[in-house]
Amino acid sequence: MAGPSPISTGRTSAFDQGGPGFSQKHLLGIADLSPYEILDLLDRAEKMIPVSRQERKVLPTLSGKTQINLFFEPSTRTQGSFEIAGKRLGAQVMNMSVRTSSVTKGETLIDTATTLNAMRPDVIVVRHAAAGAVQLLSQKVGCAVINAGDGAHEHPTQALLDALTIRRHKGTLTGLTVAICGDIANSRVARSNLLLLGALQVRTRVIAPRTLLPAGIEHMATEVFTDMREGLAGADVVMMLRLQHERAAGKMIPSVREYYRFYGLDADKLAFAKPDAIVMHPGPMNRGVEIDPAIADGQRSVITEQVEMGVAVRMAVLDALLPDRNEAAA
Amino acid sequence: MRPLIIDNARIVDPASGMDAVGALHVEDGRITHVGASGPAAPQGADRLDARGLMLAPGLIDMRVFTGEPGHEYRETLASASKAAAAGGVTSFVLMPDTLPVIDDGALVDFLIRRAAATASVNVLPAAAISKGLRGEEITEFGLLKEAGAVCFADGRHSIQSSALLRSAFAYAANFDMPVIHHAADRSLVGEGVMNEGHFASVLGLRGIPAAAETIPLARDLELAELTGVRYHAAQISVARSVELVAAAKRANPAISCGVSINSISLNENDVGAYRTFFKLNPPLRAESDRRAMIEGLRTGVIDVIHSDHDPQDSEVKRQPFAEASDGAIGLETLLAAALRLVHSGDVELSTLLRAMTVRPAEILGLPSGRLAVGAPADFILVDLDYPWQVTERDFHSRSRNSSFEGARLAGKVMATYVAGRKVFEHT
Repeated sequence: MAGPSPISTGRTSAFDQGGPGFSQKHLLGIADLSPYEILDLLDRAEKMIPVSRQERKVLPTLSGKTQINLFFEPSTRTQGSFEIAGKRLGAQVMNMSVRTSSVTKGETLIDTATTLNAMRPDVIVVRHAAAGAVQLLSQKVGCAVINAGDGAHEHPTQALLDALTIRRHKGTLTGLTVAICGDIANSRVARSNLLLLGALQVRTRVIAPRTLLPAGIEHMATEVFTDMREGLAGADVVMMLRLQHERAAGKMIPSVREYYRFYGLDADKLAFAKPDAIVMHPGPMNRGVEIDPAIADGQRSVITEQVEMGVAVRMAVLDALLPDRNEAAA
Repeated sequence: MRPLIIDNARIVDPASGMDAVGALHVEDGRITHVGASGPAAPQGADRLDARGLMLAPGLIDMRVFTGEPGHEYRETLASASKAAAAGGVTSFVLMPDTLPVIDDGALVDFLIRRAAATASVNVLPAAAISKGLRGEEITEFGLLKEAGAVCFADGRHSIQSSALLRSAFAYAANFDMPVIHHAADRSLVGEGVMNEGHFASVLGLRGIPAAAETIPLARDLELAELTGVRYHAAQISVARSVELVAAAKRANPAISCGVSINSISLNENDVGAYRTFFKLNPPLRAESDRRAMIEGLRTGVIDVIHSDHDPQDSEVKRQPFAEASDGAIGLETLLAAALRLVHSGDVELSTLLRAMTVRPAEILGLPSGRLAVGAPADFILVDLDYPWQVTERDFHSRSRNSSFEGARLAGKVMATYVAGRKVFEHT
């Protein structure tokens, strides 16, 4: 048998390259996925984009299926994105914002999972403030579970939509340099992106003050910079992270204005990246904290496109996790 | 009770250095002979042929939590003592973290009476150092000692105020009582839930740095020297702490130091995919730290291995890792888990047993922990090579949160005797 073939990260189907496509029961994290599965999801998402752009935005794929969005942390955009994705595939979508309501009454996560499971959903989309919570819940239910963000652990659909956005702009992921800037230590978006880009052999850099870098970052197969200009030099993609400034100010960083001075993305710093570099942000943005409003709304920003790709990626994930069993039986 | 003769046993007594086949005689709950078989046997004695099993002093476990009073569904003195007997533990120090906190003489008295009525092994209450474990005011050391407390400890809590600790140490020295203290800097622990490092970062969990232990430990050691207290570092977990204790011991022989069976047998990788039975305090550290614990035991820097038995129910353990309670049960697996270090060639059998018998006895001033004429007949019979697998359903403890669930171990307690009376037999 020939040695492992280099994984092409261009717009070809993963199946064409001989790798197995998506075959997971849940989507808990990028860490569980093979490069082929990642590419398969990106290819599926690519096919979903036209659905959202046509007049009748609906496919029958998930018709008759029930999707529960279980959000223990409030998130307007991610919850909305999953809701639209489910509805465009024909699923019945129910939103449950737990907001600690029953949790404070003493109901554990496991109790919640058991209760919801008894309602026989086909998929549960979960966001929780604690790392590992989604995996724990997945062990207690019979249906598919999608991680919509668990603590500082993973946010897999965000990394997928970021990769899709980059691939559509650059034509390929191969050979690119992606710089991720900001609160790396507390960011699930950074974790999932480093894992996904690493799996596809894309060069990554992280840029942050030492107080916002996680312990052991030197073992994470990424280049570490504490100076933004050095870190951005020659980058094809600049990915900004949201700073939880209410939490960080005075402890991890002295002040917002100092943070903006050294780590906020402005025209001066962006000039160090490649002239055609794109600017990304997972949202919601703190304009004037981590990013200059002129850059956020400027020519090189692909931030609103990320939102559109988010719907496509989530449709693709739902589609991949819930194959139409009736069709298969026929 | 009739006298008892146990013959044909491999007698291992770290206190005397004995490791030879012989006999042990017991009358009125005390040892009357230990050594060569044959001398004048007491009249009408029961005889037991040990068939070469190891006969060692019963273990003294210096760190055990129960739920009595307050959380009896987790553990009672009765269930903990059954677990202890099954694990070869004939005495354990009971931490004061109960509801209410054991910070009053009347509560110590209650525990002693309750243990006498319900427990089959010796229960040695530790009284709180600070009222309500709040770290603000010291308790009535003199009255607590009179009531029967064997030492002072703030259990899971660590006193942050150096001034209060100084006062506690000085006052305990006044009553010649040992103080057991868990060193943890609250601000450095912060929201940390596991060892700080690459693995915690991969899991997205907040880390606890080694300095959260070494900084308060260094302070404790300085204050111990200043006050002359019999200070026992409850449990260290990082390599640097071994160095600190070693240096302090050179100047101050009144210092001693413990390690939990978890910190010397497991490491951070055991957390795996957010396994909450491995969420412990101190957290499981790196493999290099675990190796340093073994080295510390070998060189005598670490005096004591304890189980850190901490029963927690599934309600507080079946939670996301960061939200789950700390702690694991360990009484029943203490000896077998520790024997891994002997089977692996890391530690001599007598060194290991010393850390669970005579050293705790010396630190606490107990007559047990040794096989000497006149000592209490607290001893165990052990098959050192008996293979078994830790299974949840076999536990005597009321809780199931074992960090050794499923582990394959070699070495099992075949019988446990307290004051000459059999309290456990393997069947």
